[in-house]
Amino acid sequence: MRLKTYIVLSYITLAACKPTTGSHTALLQDTGSWPASFHIGRRATLAEINALDIDIRPDGKGLPPGQGNALSGQTIYTAKCAACHGTGTAAMNVQLPGPALMNDSAGANRKKLRTIGNYWPYATTIFDYIRRSMPYNAPGTLTPDEVYSITAYLLYANRIIDQQTMMNAASLPAVEMPAKKLFIADDRQGGPEIR
Amino acid sequence: MNKRKISRRTLLGGAATAAVMLFKSSYGRMIQTAIPESLYTDDPTKVVGPPPGAVGARSPFEHPVKKASDTSSRTPLQDLYGTITPADLHYERHHAGVPVIDPHKYELLIHGMVDKPMVFTLADLKRFPSVSRTCFLECSGNFRSNKETLTPQEICGLTSQSEWTGVMLTTLFREVGVQPRASWFLAEGGDAAVMTRSVPVRKAWDDAMIVYAQNGEAIRPEQGYPARLLLPGWEGNTNVKWLRRLELSDQPFMTREETSRYTYPVKDRIRQFSFEMDARSIITFPAFPQQVEKGWIEIRGIAWSGWGKIAQVEVSTNAGKTWQPARLQEPVLDKAHTAFRYLWQWNGETTEILSRATDETGYTQPTIQQLLNARGADMGGYHLNPVTAWVIQRDGKVLFRPEKWK
Ligand code: HEC
Repeated sequence: MRLKTYIVLSYITLAACKPTTGSHTALLQDTGSWPASFHIGRRATLAEINALDIDIRPDGKGLPPGQGNALSGQTIYTAKCAACHGTGTAAMNVQLPGPALMNDSAGANRKKLRTIGNYWPYATTIFDYIRRSMPYNAPGTLTPDEVYSITAYLLYANRIIDQQTMMNAASLPAVEMPAKKLFIADDRQGGPEIR
Repeated sequence: MNKRKISRRTLLGGAATAAVMLFKSSYGRMIQTAIPESLYTDDPTKVVGPPPGAVGARSPFEHPVKKASDTSSRTPLQDLYGTITPADLHYERHHAGVPVIDPHKYELLIHGMVDKPMVFTLADLKRFPSVSRTCFLECSGNFRSNKETLTPQEICGLTSQSEWTGVMLTTLFREVGVQPRASWFLAEGGDAAVMTRSVPVRKAWDDAMIVYAQNGEAIRPEQGYPARLLLPGWEGNTNVKWLRRLELSDQPFMTREETSRYTYPVKDRIRQFSFEMDARSIITFPAFPQQVEKGWIEIRGIAWSGWGKIAQVEVSTNAGKTWQPARLQEPVLDKAHTAFRYLWQWNGETTEILSRATDETGYTQPTIQQLLNARGADMGGYHLNPVTAWVIQRDGKVLFRPEKWK
């Protein structure tokens, strides 16, 4: 089966090297007479970069100092998240403003509820996303310790780590997510074949 | 009485009738609020109209509107002519509302694997050599098909087209000196979602832009004011709005929007980094809720592909048994909505009309069954571009033919 071949390939290189229909920049603009630099714009300072550079890569680059586990995380989750996301894995009776975040069948049962336990390929994404955009009504207000704690709680609630395990800049990127093995890079490339 | 009715219908025009019908209840009131009653007359040649003004407005007889839900707002494809979407009817999809950004405080930071990390103000961006290009944008979750009473807007109104103006991303990449090992960049928005996507650097060398203008004016807030990323042909979400930061890297960042969202099951796997929007078309006339009469009908619609130009659009007027080439409106642009037309004489019998697009790579818009065969029954809702059909009933009513697969 063709799909199987892609499991072993690094989709990072795959997606980066996919052929395109051709370079259009040249058609849109003739850069032949351009100077090496237009000297427009200014150098960014390190302080400016650090103030904005909040992203976390799967290898952990970008994670701040701090730590927390599921025990402390549960308290924060109950106070700041549960109103919109619920606290269980069961289907809710009411329409909640935020999607369910837990699934009691890690790696399996993907069709029913797609959550951290069975659909998210990297644990670092949980930290990155919660820090930048949650809680929805007060984004960007959580401390690194709070985000580590909530991340630990969500990993615990999805049966990926246990309740005591501390999440920090070293341990979080090391968490193996059940869904990681499912992800493949797009293999569409134009042309007659439907993919 | 009868005479008055006819004159109104003429005013409203053929294709626009459906949109106006939706507003029938408030029709009278709207005229009164838009035009002083003293000026409203059946004979405009006897009354001097308002003088020239500072900002124009739509005719009070025209009411095209977006259709909004909690998370998105759809372009009224059936009410548009040609291929440019008026900026205030451009579709919207954002994850934490529309931010208010002061253009004087706006800055774009480019850093990471570059020789010179730099900050550009909006005025800086406007000083660089500029480019204008017309292309479509489309949300990759753009197919609804659950019932017969769906308009083109409801089926696939999460696509719009504009003429965008800005600076080529390569121009800025030259300025900061992107390092050879950089293969991806993170694009980050300055909205409350602080939206992020990883983009392969090859797209920058191809045709990516930072744009600050849309259809001749500053970009609308809903479309990313004061500046956004434009990745022609790529799924809407990657065209990060309210752009505040680009970070060059040698790997993708695996943000929530490229893992938990904008990915989809394909057989027993999950497909990720699905960027190009595949070729697609939709007949926008005749379409639900219009009613047609026996005789000549110009079937009209739009076709587009994220892989390049539209090469051909075929139309079937006999439920897909045979297909005829439609006429394409020139100029046919790269990664752009392309208008097509097909003249048809309807004999009054019940039938189905369909369109299918083929792009310059040789890809032909598939049926839902072909998509199911390729991706499996659990294929999810992203990147669905199936051929769709309108049922023309004997009484002239036009209904959507729902596609069921779940
Ligand atoms: C006011 C309601 C609300 C609160 C409070 C809230 N969220 Fe959310 N959350 C949302 C909404 C709405 C979304 C979906 C946003 C989108 O679609 O982009 C979301 C999405 C998420 C997601 C992504 C889910 C997915 O499947 O992709 C995570 C993770 C998350 N929230 C975590 C949290 C955490 C942790 C907290 C507490 C610190 C929190 N949220 C508080 C409304 C809320």
